[in-house]
Amino acid sequence: MNRAIGRVATAVVVLLLLLVAQLTYLQVVDAKKLADDPRNSRTYLKDFTRPRGEIISADGKILARSVPSKDEYGRQRVYPFGELFAQTVGYQSVVVGSTGVEKEYTAVLSGRDRSRLRLRDLGDLLLGKQQTGNVVLSLRTDVQLVAKAALGNQKGSVVVMDPKTGALIAMYSNPSFDPTPLAGHDPKLVQAYWRSLNPASPDTTLLPRAYRERYPPGSTFKIATTEAALDTGTATPTTPYPSVRSIKPPQAGRAIQNFGGDSCGGTLEESFVHSCNTTFAQVGLDLGEKFPPRLSGFGIYEAPPLDLSPGAAVSSGPVPGTFNDNKPSFALAGIGQGDVATTPLQMALVASAVANGGTVMRPHVAAEIRDDEGRKLSSITPKAWKVAMPPATAATIRDFMVQVVARGTGTAGQIAGVAVAGKTGTAQSCETCAPHAWFVAFAPAENPQYAVAVFVERGGNMGSEATGGHVAAPIAAAVLKFLLGK
Amino acid sequence: MSAISGRRRTEELGLGVLAIVIVAFGYVLLALSKAPELPPGLWGFMGAILGLFVIAHLAVRRYAPRADATLLPLVALLLGIGFVTISRLDLAVRASKRVAPTQALWTAVGIVAFIATLMLVRNVRTLARYRYTFLLLGVVALLLPLVPGIGVEINNARLWARIGPLTVQPGEAAKVLLVIFFAAYLVEKRELLSSGSRRLGRMHLPDPKHLGPLLLPWVVAIMIMVLQKDLGSSLLFFAVFVAMLYIATDRSAYLAVGTVMFGAAVVIAYKTFGHVQERIDTWINPWADRQVKGYQLVQSLYGFGSGGFQGTGLGLGRPDVIPVATTDFIFAAIGEELGLLGTVAVVIGFMLLVGSAYRIAIQAQRPFSKLFAAGLATIIGVQTFVIIGGVTRLIPLTGVTLPFVSYGGSSLVANFVILALLLRISDENAADAAAEAEQEARRIAVEAALP
Repeated sequence: MNRAIGRVATAVVVLLLLLVAQLTYLQVVDAKKLADDPRNSRTYLKDFTRPRGEIISADGKILARSVPSKDEYGRQRVYPFGELFAQTVGYQSVVVGSTGVEKEYTAVLSGRDRSRLRLRDLGDLLLGKQQTGNVVLSLRTDVQLVAKAALGNQKGSVVVMDPKTGALIAMYSNPSFDPTPLAGHDPKLVQAYWRSLNPASPDTTLLPRAYRERYPPGSTFKIATTEAALDTGTATPTTPYPSVRSIKPPQAGRAIQNFGGDSCGGTLEESFVHSCNTTFAQVGLDLGEKFPPRLSGFGIYEAPPLDLSPGAAVSSGPVPGTFNDNKPSFALAGIGQGDVATTPLQMALVASAVANGGTVMRPHVAAEIRDDEGRKLSSITPKAWKVAMPPATAATIRDFMVQVVARGTGTAGQIAGVAVAGKTGTAQSCETCAPHAWFVAFAPAENPQYAVAVFVERGGNMGSEATGGHVAAPIAAAVLKFLLGK
Repeated sequence: MSAISGRRRTEELGLGVLAIVIVAFGYVLLALSKAPELPPGLWGFMGAILGLFVIAHLAVRRYAPRADATLLPLVALLLGIGFVTISRLDLAVRASKRVAPTQALWTAVGIVAFIATLMLVRNVRTLARYRYTFLLLGVVALLLPLVPGIGVEINNARLWARIGPLTVQPGEAAKVLLVIFFAAYLVEKRELLSSGSRRLGRMHLPDPKHLGPLLLPWVVAIMIMVLQKDLGSSLLFFAVFVAMLYIATDRSAYLAVGTVMFGAAVVIAYKTFGHVQERIDTWINPWADRQVKGYQLVQSLYGFGSGGFQGTGLGLGRPDVIPVATTDFIFAAIGEELGLLGTVAVVIGFMLLVGSAYRIAIQAQRPFSKLFAAGLATIIGVQTFVIIGGVTRLIPLTGVTLPFVSYGGSSLVANFVILALLLRISDENAADAAAEAEQEARRIAVEAALP
């Protein structure tokens, strides 16, 4: 019997050694693959259960914070301002992932970014206590509210930035959504709410129109066309252009008409003030291959380095190297149509370039990182992104834009006692639909503090009767009035 | 008390205190992961586990003084690691769902059962005398969960019986009762079973009338699989029986026949029963239905992977995402927070425990004691393999507890009874050896006295 017992014992020991082999495989050989598997909930559970800092507006309001919850996570993320900041602050969701500041600054908020945070004492170090960071934004709740109210129920966006620093002061798009239900922990409820937001539709309320969608900018783009004309020597402010109703670009393509089919023309300056399409289509043709490199100076062909996740969309312009094959595209680009499509954020950057003496700053929504006791740890330093033009050209275009508001297409953008520089845009979006209404501006013109881009999708409440001057300019004026205390 | 028993008991006490120090360290580390201070109940906890161990130790000293010194400390270590892990999992759930206090209570009950077994079973041979009574009790225990009004189905398996306020698993008791019966029966018939009066080709087969009762375990195993949907117990039961049959007869043909029979049963069950098929499909690819059927196993594997070599540290992982982690999947929780270092330590603990148990079987002089001890050792060894193999996806997952480590009263009490029986046999072995040595000494003395 002893021999058989010995054999059975050996067999059992061999079985247990097989366990050691399998454990070694799981915990050493395969461990990294298993631990990093995106379906392994431990990684993101860690982010959802550990303390998380607050996101605070420039005017000191809490935009995102964690409150105690009674479920397995122990914490629930809430967004007290709901839809007002949904498309910038974003959300942190177990079920549908994270976006916005929540995603971009998650390492700071969760305290994983140790380079930015410091341990307070030895006890914290020994316990590996996680300190969280708070992110203070440059966005202001009051300006967001004014922008939201000015847009009303019209689809569109308002982007307000400090042209000298690139700090975004407001960035609101309508429609928006309440992010708090997405941060819920019950997958069924979250998914039902998610579906109600039509995530698959191109028109979903989840879409941050201000920086994730491109639209033809129409005549607001004439700022860039003018810059290209002046700085390539293609035209001067006094270069005369014929007063005509329409021009027919070479090669195929339809005639380009002035607004309302009127005759329009004169000097470059007059053409700008009255927004003559015939003039700027001709300038586009005259520029030819010299046009795209100037547009690069505004960042048209690149994604602006915005500190949100997902980031800003890339705008587009006429394709370099295609002028000889596709001259109509360059004519249309001169008036912000055809191959040109920009985000409202990009148009705010175009206005900012003029306001800031030609330099485009990196746009950002965060201003400061603070520790969990409110002490400042670091601040976002303004950095130049692009140089669009020399200061002299910026000054010339600024004067053009002041004329637009003073006596041109943008008179609805006037504010008593302040010189506003602006440019209207009424952009065709498709054959039969109402035009997009645009207005970009900055004020005060002599010492710009705020640059604004207003975009109203398909004419807003005015429908096919809409123009940038009638629909978008008053919104910009309302926001600037509030900001300037007028 | 003789010199040998005194030395063994001192060893036992020393090893036991060492085990308790390790467990206490674990308990402190767990508390430190949540707050920067010693847990308020630390001294009470240490006093309680030390007290329980000392009571068990004193009982051994009193009733089985010459028994093996390693078993009790090994059990203390495994049980302590299990208890710390259960306490850790308790941190993640509501107060009303916490089970560590219940486990502590069951440990106390288990130690009472341990002492009672040592007191009542003064001579292991007496058990053999009541073999048919044990068979009857074992079969009744197995069938109890199937009786309407008493049986309770939990997690799709019918293993529980409600007795008064308690829900128990009578199968745990049946395990021990049936091993007693097999050991006694096989010892009685081993001559017949191993001689082989008939020839079939090259094989010698015993008279078919002796083979009849050998089919019983096979039938019982299939019943457990089909009626109670408990694959783990079925496999365990059959493996232990085949091992005992092989040990009793020393004929490997029984191993082959047993394996073929079990294999056939599994193939038929796979084709016939959904729950068996599901288990095997999940084993082959747990990711195919990782949200529902494969969920536990996938979470368990992620746990082992996330733990890696040294583990996340007690209280710092997320073993609570594995459903029912305190029972079947407790080893995955250990794997996540203690890493490969912890899991291999636990497996080595079981190797030492099982090895000591087989050594007791080899040292035993009476066939019944030998076979009985080997059967008990095989229960612990195979059960450990089945559950750890299951949660690590070495073999298909079948729900059994990890002896002494998992949460569960019935399992704990049954395992304490097994421990007591092994110590009883070990004590008898030492007594027999001492008697033999004395006889030998007397013989030499007599021989020396002769002219």
